[in-house]
Amino acid sequence: MVRPVSVLHVLSVLIMLFAVSMLLPFGVSFLYGDAARSAHYQSMLITLASGAVLWGGTRPGRGELQPRDALLLVALVWTVLPAFATLPLLLHLHEMSFTDAYFETVAALTTTGSTVLSGLDRLPASINFWRCEMQWLGGMGIIVLAVAILPLLGIGGSQIMRAETPGPMKDTRLTPRITEAAKGLWLVYAGMTLACMLAYKAVGMSWFDAVVHAFTTLSLGGFSSHDANFAYFNSPAIEATAMLFMIAAGINFGTHFLAFRKLSLAPYRSDPETRVYLAVLAVSAFGIAYFLLANGVYPSFWTALRHGAFNVVSIATTAGFASADFNQWPIFAPVWMLFLCCFATCSGSTGGGIKMIRAELMVRQALREIMSIIHPRAYLPLKVAGQRIENQIIFAVLAFMLIWGGSVIVMTMLLTASGLDIISAFSAVIVCLCNTGPGLNQVGPATTYASLNDFQTWVCTAAMLVGRLELFTLFIVVTPAFWRR
Amino acid sequence: MKIVILGAGQVGSSVAESLASEANDITLVDIDGARLRNLQDHLDVRTVVGSAAHPSVLADAGIEDCDMMIAVTQSDETNLVACKLAQQLFNVPTRIVRLRATDYLANENVLGPDCFDVDLAICPEQVLTDYIVKLIEFPEALQVLEFANGKVSLVAVRAFQGGPLVGHPLRDLRKHIPSVDARIAAIFRGDTPVQPDGDTLVQAGDEVFCLAATKEIREVMHELRRMDKPVRRVMIAGGGNIGLRLARALEREYSVKIIEYNKRRCEILSTRLDRGLVLQGDVTDEALLEAENVSDMDLFVAVTNDDENNIMSCLLAKRMGARRVVSLINRRSYVDLLHAGEIDIAISPAQATIGTLLAHVRRGHVTQVHSLRRGVAEALEAVVHGDRNSSRCVGRRIEEIDLPNGTSIAALVRGDDVVMAHHDTVVQAEDHAIVFVTDKKQLPKVEKLFEVSVGFV
Repeated sequence: MVRPVSVLHVLSVLIMLFAVSMLLPFGVSFLYGDAARSAHYQSMLITLASGAVLWGGTRPGRGELQPRDALLLVALVWTVLPAFATLPLLLHLHEMSFTDAYFETVAALTTTGSTVLSGLDRLPASINFWRCEMQWLGGMGIIVLAVAILPLLGIGGSQIMRAETPGPMKDTRLTPRITEAAKGLWLVYAGMTLACMLAYKAVGMSWFDAVVHAFTTLSLGGFSSHDANFAYFNSPAIEATAMLFMIAAGINFGTHFLAFRKLSLAPYRSDPETRVYLAVLAVSAFGIAYFLLANGVYPSFWTALRHGAFNVVSIATTAGFASADFNQWPIFAPVWMLFLCCFATCSGSTGGGIKMIRAELMVRQALREIMSIIHPRAYLPLKVAGQRIENQIIFAVLAFMLIWGGSVIVMTMLLTASGLDIISAFSAVIVCLCNTGPGLNQVGPATTYASLNDFQTWVCTAAMLVGRLELFTLFIVVTPAFWRR
Repeated sequence: MKIVILGAGQVGSSVAESLASEANDITLVDIDGARLRNLQDHLDVRTVVGSAAHPSVLADAGIEDCDMMIAVTQSDETNLVACKLAQQLFNVPTRIVRLRATDYLANENVLGPDCFDVDLAICPEQVLTDYIVKLIEFPEALQVLEFANGKVSLVAVRAFQGGPLVGHPLRDLRKHIPSVDARIAAIFRGDTPVQPDGDTLVQAGDEVFCLAATKEIREVMHELRRMDKPVRRVMIAGGGNIGLRLARALEREYSVKIIEYNKRRCEILSTRLDRGLVLQGDVTDEALLEAENVSDMDLFVAVTNDDENNIMSCLLAKRMGARRVVSLINRRSYVDLLHAGEIDIAISPAQATIGTLLAHVRRGHVTQVHSLRRGVAEALEAVVHGDRNSSRCVGRRIEEIDLPNGTSIAALVRGDDVVMAHHDTVVQAEDHAIVFVTDKKQLPKVEKLFEVSVGFV
């Protein structure tokens, strides 16, 4: 049985916490003396007040969270917080509709990085900062952060974290206590962000650009403070730095955590995903570079490699930065990149999509079926890193793939029915479900999602949320069985 | 020697049997009283019922004044606890422990003096696995034994019509392969040993034991029979401890299929194996063997814990076309029935595994003991100590040494060199002598031979 009141009570705490996170852009607006100061001030107060009222109202009915409540909480957090996050945008940009603002904040928190805004370079620094900060918060997970710093979530924490972190197998604990694990993950995440920030500064970004781009690189978000995105810098050094950190962010942060704690590279070697992930990226980057060269898109190999590798890594890791308008490339290249973004990143990373481990499991399951026809009496376990994978997990992954494919078809149909061309519709659904960012044609890297009508925007918004929470968490909450007493 | 054996399972009882026949005082401890009574009926041993890890039981077994404790119960943990107690409370000088889990062996401190203080850890399953792996490396051999850390090998080969040496006297071996210094240590014709000398004719069907440096052993075997194709495909019947170890040892280099009946066990096997194919089914299921192409197998090894199943599955596999079949057989009467018949090699687990134990029981400085022909004969490696006065071997030519009947010194290992023993070879101090004993009754005399007389310190 679900107990909405106790869920709302925890939600109210998270809303207030979210209000506190608005202090940062408020401070930035002071620092730069920009025009959005009052917008931040008001949004913070509104958010804090709403949280406080909800907290007071639900206090009598509060209680411990059950596993089922955890799912509801996660679903609510990821739908309600973006609504509050729209406040600075709505209060500052008066002409913006709620639909567009909500799309923008969902794209931020889910680390998708598709935007409806243009003229980013002219926006107040604090607004850009807010967009990028949200990506950073959403990257590792708002609730993981809450578990790390708030003791109140301690008890049901593990279920909540499981509902929020991506990947099919979440039972391995990094530390005996869930709070410690959440803290560890966030520390590694924050540490790597800091390193990325300093690296960006060292290769020539301004401090402000370094900070916001570090936020959106480590979270594999893809927002930028410039319309031209990474093409604005036009610097191979910056692109190389970005690639390095994007690749790092696409690896399981649990693995990073173990590697940092043991100060060795062994955890990467024994991780079943990392090797395949790196190999897929390397082969694709060089392959696409060669393809671009062969098709005469770029005159020299080095330019082809520079743009080919950066865009392949950026799309495959679901960051969605762009240093070139890959929509203009021969169609195979961008389609291959979209295909990669569906599964390249590792589970437990900040990337989106199906995740490498599920793809590996599917391939092995297919081979296993073939083997079992040849040897009907054989025991053929599916093993990853020497560990047997239970059939239950394989079924769950199969169901996930089925729902994932179903979602792609249904949403593509909805978008085409509403008048979008099939390439734009299909690519938009894929990049939104994978939390990548730029698609093709009408939603390509050179354009924004502003051209979509309201209905299409809502479909994309839903796709982003569904993709970030890996389908089940959202779909479960809308089934009648979930609410049955 | 007073010996306490903990655990009267297969290993425990066969060790007891083989040691009791050599005039040792044996006490057997086990929790199963019925089994002990059964053993006491046909062995001259004392028995104590109780848990081997309890100090009172150990005291009852007279562990205080025993010379050696052999802990071979089913449980590693019981064995280790008993070992520690024996060392700490009862001052037992020599403690031998059976350990299955490789984890205990991974860190040497675990068995060191500060921890459990084990003198010798034995793992019968591993010994058997090594035994079978050797047979796969040398598919022509009936048995392959190593001495002096692998420098010298002793192989048992059945002579076949067509081998260059078959039908010729032994001295022709030198002419055929002048570069190789090898020695025929013994020949068994049927069940009777033939004392080999230069004029002995090798006949087809003889079981010939030859000794040579390990790297030259193949050439020697070639003299006695045509060489087989190397083994590529192996089928293992039975996925118990031995089956699993064997599959793990082989799966990298050979194509391995393993059949196991128990479904739970199949899951464990398939988890532990990387490449080997785990098949669920009865090892005597013709249809399964047929479907998995038993006829293409170079080797079929039956290692279930049931003699009858092993024998039947081997017979079936042989009939269906497997090139060579090897069976594990515990009961000695079965072994004698089957060996060299339809089943190419019958291995008696007890005989194969107690060699390392026997080395510790023997007097003199014996470093290695191998049972041959199901325990009828023995090959042992002894270090010669002392000088011409204190030892009965040092400084003497082989022909001067007073060897008992049916006993021969086959080779000497001197440092890194292997010296084949000829009648005029002189034994030096610290040589490792490899001695072949075809009649076990002569063992005490052989031991005496290598003991240093009391005057020498």
